[in-house]
Amino acid sequence: MKGNVYIYIAVVAAVTYLIRVLPLTLIRREIRNVFVRSFLYYVPYVTLAVMTFPAIAQATQHPLAGLLALVVGIVLAWFGAGLFQVSVLCCVVVFIAELFLV
Amino acid sequence: MQRANRAAFLRGMRHGIPIALGYFAVALTLGITARAAGITPLQATLTTALTNASAGGYAAFTAIGSHVTYLEAAMVVAIANARYLLMSCSLSQKFASDTPLIHRLLVGFYVTDEIFGVSMAEPGKLNPVYSYGVISMAAPGWALGTLSGAILGNILPVRAVSALSVGLYGMFLAIIIPPARKNRVVAVLVLISFALSGAAAVIPVLAAVSSGTRIIILTVVISAAAALLFPVREEEEHEG
Repeated sequence: MKGNVYIYIAVVAAVTYLIRVLPLTLIRREIRNVFVRSFLYYVPYVTLAVMTFPAIAQATQHPLAGLLALVVGIVLAWFGAGLFQVSVLCCVVVFIAELFLV
Repeated sequence: MQRANRAAFLRGMRHGIPIALGYFAVALTLGITARAAGITPLQATLTTALTNASAGGYAAFTAIGSHVTYLEAAMVVAIANARYLLMSCSLSQKFASDTPLIHRLLVGFYVTDEIFGVSMAEPGKLNPVYSYGVISMAAPGWALGTLSGAILGNILPVRAVSALSVGLYGMFLAIIIPPARKNRVVAVLVLISFALSGAAAVIPVLAAVSSGTRIIILTVVISAAAALLFPVREEEEHEG
């Protein structure tokens, strides 16, 4: 299917906004259902992990460079590096690795 | 009151500076992703300015680039942004109960990982004016980053684009790894997600469906299984 880009943009903007604003405006009480709470608690970690691998190895010119960035990123984040630092250092790792690999 | 609001706004601006720098770098890679998906720089900037989401923006560009249906695009973006649902729930408790609807509508527009983080770290109830201060710095970083990435994406040498393309994944790691260190269930889940996602990309039946659909299936299955096996107690959530 080849859709209109502006319709896509309207759709994703509307969906994104509704997700953010509905709980904030509608839910005044806490969610009590343990399964729903737990499910929503785990979703971010699972979905970001699923999106990161194997995509990170496919984004670079050489898959090894991407895998190296994955390992370095995990280690840096584990030892408390912030979002900005991890993000930039992963880029640096790929740049240096590909000087040798490509 | 006016003086308190002014102080809150300025404090928000100060907290927004590092967020803006981080956003600029991350949005650069988003702009590059958009370029690769055949989206113009202005369309890309419009998208990120309206969605203010890293993973969600990435999901949106990937969906548009692979010409999925509008419904599929909506579902992929909803899944990628599902965490904002939970953040929005927490944030609703952080507001004073008499906070007017207009503030809820405005703050809700900018529920991101980082702005949510600094907002929840505010002592006591959240003054929406503080959030506006953060947003006033962070939003331009986000939009200008996307614009720059989308324009420079095809001018930069392949080597530089390849390096910048992992910036977003680095950011995802920075979001998921610190909680994984604190919570063993999350750590195991991250590893399982990596493994199943890697397997799904090569198993013929799953590899045939779009990556967006794969993300939805894997997320729902793994998260639901985890919720059944390891229900979260409230105190754990607050530690995370």
